[in-house]
Amino acid sequence: MEPTLVVSTSPHIHTKDSIPRIMWCVVISLLPAGAMGVWIFGLHALWVILTCVVAAVLTEVVGQKFIFGKPVTIHDGSAVVTGLLLAYTLPPGLPLWAAGVGSVFAIFIAKLVFGGLGYNIFNPALIGRAVLLAAWPQQMTTWTAPFASAGPAPDALSCASPLAIVKALAAGGTALTTPGTGLPSVLDMFFGRCAGCIGEISAIALLGGAIFLFIRKIITWHTPLTFIGTVAIMSFLFGRNPLFEIFAGGLFLGAFFMATDMVTVPITGWGKIIFGIGAGVLTALIRNVGGYPEGVCYSILLMNAITPHIDRVTMPKKFGAR
Amino acid sequence: MSILKDFTKGFIKENPVFVLMLGMCPTLATSSSVKNGIGMGLAATFVLACSNVIISAIRKTVPNKIRIPVFIVVVATFTTIVDLFMEAYVPALHKELGVFIPLIVVNCIILARAEMFAQKNPILNSAADGLGLGLGFTLTLAFIGTIREILGEGTWYGMQVMPSDYKPFLLAILAPGGFICLGLLMGLMVRLQKAAKK
Repeated sequence: MEPTLVVSTSPHIHTKDSIPRIMWCVVISLLPAGAMGVWIFGLHALWVILTCVVAAVLTEVVGQKFIFGKPVTIHDGSAVVTGLLLAYTLPPGLPLWAAGVGSVFAIFIAKLVFGGLGYNIFNPALIGRAVLLAAWPQQMTTWTAPFASAGPAPDALSCASPLAIVKALAAGGTALTTPGTGLPSVLDMFFGRCAGCIGEISAIALLGGAIFLFIRKIITWHTPLTFIGTVAIMSFLFGRNPLFEIFAGGLFLGAFFMATDMVTVPITGWGKIIFGIGAGVLTALIRNVGGYPEGVCYSILLMNAITPHIDRVTMPKKFGAR
Repeated sequence: MSILKDFTKGFIKENPVFVLMLGMCPTLATSSSVKNGIGMGLAATFVLACSNVIISAIRKTVPNKIRIPVFIVVVATFTTIVDLFMEAYVPALHKELGVFIPLIVVNCIILARAEMFAQKNPILNSAADGLGLGLGFTLTLAFIGTIREILGEGTWYGMQVMPSDYKPFLLAILAPGGFICLGLLMGLMVRLQKAAKK
């Protein structure tokens, strides 16, 4: 007998959004920044990116299939996104084995152990970076000068990142005695002609990707705008050039692609604003009074830790409840 | 028979770290190398076994209301002995372990065994229980120390075991490495126990 009336529960109108669709959009939006990184730092940057992505996907397959006995979900692209984001936060000259270890940590420890996508407390890519920074500090703070690989010796020329120079100048100004430590101009940093991590240097490429995500409504304005704005205001208060500070380091990458992660960031609009302001304050504090030159990674991780509390505080009232 | 059982249960079935989840703080702090782990474990074993014997011996005379202070005094006595002994004979290890030797006084394994076992059981059983749990604790520390030292320094008990161009995974001997290592091992233990039950 043919059913004449189908009864189902709401919602009845669906959008086409799904995890794979969102994740692959993020992958596309990340490509320009990676291309800039490879163009500026040379082929080794490409190998670092590929190593991270391949290691992330392999870890996800092995972990889900053999260790946790869950269905393998690599097709949703979240492992690819994690691998890409991790690679973008690594220095271009990093040995490939270190990149691989970071990727395994990011997926296995920070994601699968917590229960997989949607259950992780911390941003997996940033955990990978934090682990690498704690494990191999020397390799993680050796920067390649832009366009250094044009010559015959690819990794001969190293130099300090802009924020490290600022830090050294503030500490006593010995950095200028070594070659290649001149401070890049703000314009250079906007386009990416400066030392730094693979995917963080080119603000314009990151902005392009972010605008694509805005149009696709995958990210909202709340966190990135408050995050970057807070850093600018705090830098001004600390007596630094706000424009320089927002283009320097990983702020754009962190604000647009990591502080907008749907899993580890508050759900409500106000929650996202609180997250952005908190991360901005922490970043500026670490940069200005902390021991590290750059603080985007740690400030996002710290805010990840209190995200559940932010969510609870900013939860909208139930209709009719007092 | 039951004395033997009281001794052996400390290794796996009632392993203080993985099963009872006691003594986490010294476990994390002193398992960064095999040597530290064994030193800490043996010191705790001595205090645990001796205080178990004494507490079991006086269990019928101690009024229930003040039993905790009495236990603490007994434990503190043996901790002081271990502390002074180690300072005299193994000063390097004593310095390395630092505040964690005096902190054996408040080690929850020892207080827990006094409360849960020694004050209810005869002397011999209590001695076996203390020795077994203490040695279980020592082995656990040495095991975690093995993993952390090999990864974090490329050595085992001070001997080079990794190839010389191995870049030490520093994180393993730092605090987060301790937490991650302990957490993964606990997960593994739970899984093995589940598999054993089936």
